[in-house]
Amino acid sequence: MMLIPCPWCGERSENEFTYIGDARRQRPDTSALDVSDETLKAHSDYVYLRDNPKGWHQEYWQHTSGCRAHFKVERNVVDHRIRASVKADEELPSFPEGR
Amino acid sequence: MQRYSIWSLARNALTGHKNWQAAWRHPEPKPHYDVIIVGGGGHGLATAYYLAKEHGITNVAVLEKGYLGGGNTGRNTTIVRSNYMLDDNAHFYEHGLKLWHQLSIDLNYNVMFSPRGVLNLVHSDAARDAAKRRGNAMRLNGIDSEYWDLETIAKKIPDLNVSKNARYPVKGGLMQKRGGTARHDAVAWGYARGADARGVDIIQQCEVTGMMMEGNRIVGVETSRGPIKAGKVGIAVAGHTTQLLNMAGLTAPIESHLLQAMVSEPIKPTLDYVVTSGAAHLYVSQSDKGGLVFGGDIEFYNSFSQRGNTRTLEHVTAAMISLFPRYAKLRLLRHWGGIMDMSMDGSPIISKTPRDNLFLNGGWCYGGFKATPASGWCFAHTIATGEPHPLNAGFTLERFERGYAIDENGAGPVPKAH
Amino acid sequence: MTSFRLDQGGLIDRNAPLNFHFDGKAYSGFQGDTLASALLANGVQLMGRSFKYHRPRGVYGSGSEEPNALMTVGKGQEQESNLRATMIDLYEGLEAKSQNAWPSLKTDVMAVNSLMSAFLPAGFYYKIFLGSANFWLLPEYFIRRAAGLGRPNELANEDDFQHHFTHCDVLVVGAGLSGVAAALSAARSGASVTLVDEHDKLGGQGLWRESSQREWLHEALAELADYPKVRLMSRTTAWGHYDDNMVACVQIEGDPGAPLPPHQPRARAWHIRAKRVIYATGAIERPLVFANNDRPGVMLAHAGAAFAGKFGVLVGKSLVVATNNDDGYHSARILADAGASVQLLDARVEVSEALQDSLKGSNIELSLGQTVLSAKGGTGGVTAAEIGGLDGRSSRMVNCDGVLSSGGWSPSIHLHSHTGGKAEWREDLQAFVPGKRLQEGVAVGAAAGIFSTQEALNSGWQQGICAAQDLGHSISAGQAPTLGSPSLDTTPILPLWSNPKPKKVKGKAFVDFQNDAGASDVVMANQEGYRSVEHLKRYTTLGMGTDQGKTANINGHALLAQAQGRAIAEVGTTTFRPPFTPLTLGAFGGPHVGEAFAPVRRTPMHALHEASGASFVEAGMWKRAEWYSRDGEDMWASIKREALHVRRAVAMCDVSTLGKIDVQGPDAQEFIQRLYCNGMKTLAIGKVRYGLMLRDDGFVFDDGTVARLDENHYYMTTTTANAAAVLAHMEYHLDVVWPELKVRVASITDQWAGMAVAGPRSRDLLQAALPHVDMSNHGLPFMGFLDTELAGLPIRVLRISFSGELAYEVHTPARFGPQVWQALSETGKDFDLMPYGTEALGALRIEKGHVAGGELDGRTTPADMGLGKMVAKKKDFIGRLGLLREGLSREDRPRLVGVIPADGRSRIIAGSQLTEEGQVGGFGKVTKSLGWISSAHFSVEHDCFVALGFVESGALRQGQTLFAASPLDDQHLPVNIVSPHMIDPQGERQNG
Repeated sequence: MMLIPCPWCGERSENEFTYIGDARRQRPDTSALDVSDETLKAHSDYVYLRDNPKGWHQEYWQHTSGCRAHFKVERNVVDHRIRASVKADEELPSFPEGR
Repeated sequence: MQRYSIWSLARNALTGHKNWQAAWRHPEPKPHYDVIIVGGGGHGLATAYYLAKEHGITNVAVLEKGYLGGGNTGRNTTIVRSNYMLDDNAHFYEHGLKLWHQLSIDLNYNVMFSPRGVLNLVHSDAARDAAKRRGNAMRLNGIDSEYWDLETIAKKIPDLNVSKNARYPVKGGLMQKRGGTARHDAVAWGYARGADARGVDIIQQCEVTGMMMEGNRIVGVETSRGPIKAGKVGIAVAGHTTQLLNMAGLTAPIESHLLQAMVSEPIKPTLDYVVTSGAAHLYVSQSDKGGLVFGGDIEFYNSFSQRGNTRTLEHVTAAMISLFPRYAKLRLLRHWGGIMDMSMDGSPIISKTPRDNLFLNGGWCYGGFKATPASGWCFAHTIATGEPHPLNAGFTLERFERGYAIDENGAGPVPKAH
Repeated sequence: MTSFRLDQGGLIDRNAPLNFHFDGKAYSGFQGDTLASALLANGVQLMGRSFKYHRPRGVYGSGSEEPNALMTVGKGQEQESNLRATMIDLYEGLEAKSQNAWPSLKTDVMAVNSLMSAFLPAGFYYKIFLGSANFWLLPEYFIRRAAGLGRPNELANEDDFQHHFTHCDVLVVGAGLSGVAAALSAARSGASVTLVDEHDKLGGQGLWRESSQREWLHEALAELADYPKVRLMSRTTAWGHYDDNMVACVQIEGDPGAPLPPHQPRARAWHIRAKRVIYATGAIERPLVFANNDRPGVMLAHAGAAFAGKFGVLVGKSLVVATNNDDGYHSARILADAGASVQLLDARVEVSEALQDSLKGSNIELSLGQTVLSAKGGTGGVTAAEIGGLDGRSSRMVNCDGVLSSGGWSPSIHLHSHTGGKAEWREDLQAFVPGKRLQEGVAVGAAAGIFSTQEALNSGWQQGICAAQDLGHSISAGQAPTLGSPSLDTTPILPLWSNPKPKKVKGKAFVDFQNDAGASDVVMANQEGYRSVEHLKRYTTLGMGTDQGKTANINGHALLAQAQGRAIAEVGTTTFRPPFTPLTLGAFGGPHVGEAFAPVRRTPMHALHEASGASFVEAGMWKRAEWYSRDGEDMWASIKREALHVRRAVAMCDVSTLGKIDVQGPDAQEFIQRLYCNGMKTLAIGKVRYGLMLRDDGFVFDDGTVARLDENHYYMTTTTANAAAVLAHMEYHLDVVWPELKVRVASITDQWAGMAVAGPRSRDLLQAALPHVDMSNHGLPFMGFLDTELAGLPIRVLRISFSGELAYEVHTPARFGPQVWQALSETGKDFDLMPYGTEALGALRIEKGHVAGGELDGRTTPADMGLGKMVAKKKDFIGRLGLLREGLSREDRPRLVGVIPADGRSRIIAGSQLTEEGQVGGFGKVTKSLGWISSAHFSVEHDCFVALGFVESGALRQGQTLFAASPLDDQHLPVNIVSPHMIDPQGERQNG
């Protein structure tokens, strides 16, 4: 039962949160009405592909039963330790030991 | 291979069981194999078995980083069924169910396949309509399915709470009688023994650490026990598919998630069917040993921990007690976790990959155990011939990009479907 | 019958006798007894039957490690099975029954398995009964009946279970000397402390081992009880250690099997979030493995000592105690001091003088280099033991009435292991101790492999201070007390995993008692290739009983290592899984069961519907009025009446369950544009528009309406089912994908009530109710809305239609819902207004060809539903790129059609498949499906069943006759494929 640090509300039990997933994937700009093959591919990758490392993982969570904000967390998916948590529009700090 | 039978058991009993042969060898890896299967779970072992049996390819190694059958094969809730709506799934799993029905004879190893029947409970009119659509689709695909009304269910499953005042009242259920359970470990062991007898080297404690490539072609693997060359490499490591693909510079629409399972203390027979409830997120059956084996949803966050968590444990248990109030005073014996290869449409991948001579078997979500025979059978065909069998032709890697997701639940591109 | 009760000693109250029954026979014991000690005091040794061979078994341990003495306790709904007699505190009137035996515990028919045991070795079932298809079901029937232990209660549970959540600085698990020391030093340092123990009394062995320990424990526990920030919890099992130092505990209330006082739960599940955890969980003794070591009367040496010291029960008058370590001497001494004559066999050839001196003055005969080779006895207990050297030679029989053994101690490292912490093999202790840790948990005392009393206490004291200081509590705790009993010069334990078996002796040497796995099974499994500890476990079932191998695992793993010529550290151990001991499922479910399993959502007008005779249907968590019964009507009559009334007059339906979302901000328009696949830019203030929302993969996600309240303010509705998902979808895109958009969204589903007023007379009704408003087609045209008041209450009237009739939705703040409903009902009397439920609603929308849940199944595109033309060509929106893909843009995808029975009267079953052939669905016969029926209902307009469905190349098939096949119902119904708009295709009614 993890404690998840919401950047707005502080540490709360994981019961209050919804996991959203990979925070490194980026939705491509799809605003151009003519769709290039590259954009189609990039969009498909965005929809279907996820970062799935066995180790440190950058991911979004939503504080569903709290402030409802999305935010980024860097969590080790093997032992569930969390080493950073920032607001959705902020960058996670980089760590010397990497992933 | 030393044949197993009541006679061989009796003969060995008289000699103090000192003459049993090892069910499989513990060989050292050879420098080269025609085919290397990465992953000594049920799927990898079944693949090796069918490569040898159906395709005559016996210069095969199965590389397992731990002990064989130690991943999801030995952690699941052992349910076997083919009650799928979409054609790709239905034909594939039905082929598997037919293999299940002959498996103990085929392997000369009792996998205790118990076609006791799998009942999906229906709790609302909308769920009834969806269940009927699926059941009728199954029937059109030649698969057995029947709809049980409340009276039948109440009679057959006296432990179930059929009160109209239940929070999710039972309204009926879709029954597949040919489905059931099997002894999970025995499946891995039976395939291992059969494959070994046909010349396959099963190499445990051998972790693949890298892929050997020449251009776009895979030519072998690096392992914790040294490099091993191979004509073809098949990956069957559900839970760690991404990690293996990454070694070949590839990725897949898969996330690794945590699924728990639970078992109660053993009790005398009380539940004769596999019972599942989508609304309550529960599946439960009673093992031959007497424990109630049950589970529910994944944890919904990426995890390789293989450890359980209290949130889902409590929710699933609450669901079981709500549906089976008599079970409240039984006791939980154990709960544990496994790593699920969650694909983005809930269906598996048995496919060629963008790398020559590299083949992928993964994305099994919660449902890999029942697929073991069909998965091995189809993967062996795909590896042996270089092309998928019609039964797994839909389970490609490209289906996502092309808009042919096989989305049994209609949940969309999320790692939550099954 | 001989009494085995001592005249003095123990923690029992000899002035408080208690009566109880075992297998129908009356016995008595004392307050402070356990069921096991009371039975032993009465000379009852036979307490159970083993799982596989049904061998007679007596109690083996004295605590939660007990593998054998499992019983069913209590009557009626209180009855519980598989309870360990060693953990049941005796109470007046206790009723216990033995298990897994028929007709009686003494003569169990299934004991024939024991005679057959040579033919039933580990894994025998994998080698026989090899058949196809249903073959296994027959042997399985018998195997299932032979297996299992107790029976489930036949009555539904009536007891309550509660969940609790709490925090503390330091959680100490285990209230023995080291645990109490840790708790006290941490509490003195200023930390908040919780101390839990699975037993009824806190204090552990110290309570009965020595008076100096008992006195200190009493003082320490009294001092702890006085601290306001200390919580002491007995009968509480810390069963699992989870992420971020959450330790899960279950606290038993009342006595198992006995009725509870009113308003008290059977058990409480505690979720304790601690900053530091101290494992003072002690260690579990393991037995020596010798032939027939499972006979009633054979038990762990420590158990024998505990029965004497704690309960004043001497397990035998003439005892053989075999050991390979120093602790066997302690146990032997306690037994001898209690009056037994003891033959102490130490497998070690040399031991320290101090150890030998410790036996001085006692009635103990020590033999070095000797051990027990076999026990002799039956259901009545042990009569003799064969003893001899480790070479198995020069053995001799000695008469005795009890054989006790100590094979060493295994620290309880379960909680440490639950977190993923490693186990480390200590060669000097021949035991696993906690290794690298992943959580803030540290072991003390025996759990850390520290077995001497004073050192164990010191380690607890030290770690309690460390934990408190780590957390910033710096009050001095003082020195750890000195409790005497200086540690002896220890003689190292002799690894001894299996004693030699005398030639003439039949009978297995057991490793796992409950599951009947013997030393020979371990050897056989290894020989057959099952070489990993996990294979051993799974093949032989060693360690898979209700005791989870507490006494068996190390012996089994060591025997495996021995068979392979490898070190135990190399072979390793199986994974420890929670819970530490089996715990009642009810505790995990807590209060969230039965009707409280999921919340019930009721609309503001729920009580009014009840008063109007409504039946309710589940719609997610909502209860919706399904139909309203009138006298003499059956369900169908009600539904038809309601539907017909919408078509002919006017009726009102509660639509409060629709999701409602408020959208505001300068970029609200842009956001709405991107959210829906149809154009929203031209939606004017004061207008409402139907909207179709896709997922990013291009499939339809949800539909609803959007009303533009103001320049930057929208009021959206969603389907009932998807309300939460749509809100989350919007929030994700605003937070993550388009953070530059200045928009805020909020769910207002619960804040607004809604009612649909539908039918040709709906305008007249609303005009009468709202005389101050122009309700004409000009005043409020189709897809317009206005805000006004009804009887002084604020309302929003939207002119939208789901049924295809002239219709309105009236929305109002939730608290006014009932009043507005009643006001409209009052005015409606002049218009013969009646309420209608979801059944009529569904029937009406199907006639009209409006899509809903059955059609929105997550696999359909706008074009599939005949809504392809709605999809905007000149804007970007979520799902646009997904839709472009081949799989979604193909023309031959199944498309929405209307379906009517060819005979004009038969019922179409929702979920039927559409086929060209008639009789389909036979086993093994594959028929191509052309499509399916997504929803079906009775049409009052057509006076027959109609349906919506999807069929390949749908538009082209209109006019064809197909079969709606439901083999599940043995129905193969010829149906005609028609337009999905089965009434008023031009929309004249709703627009007029």
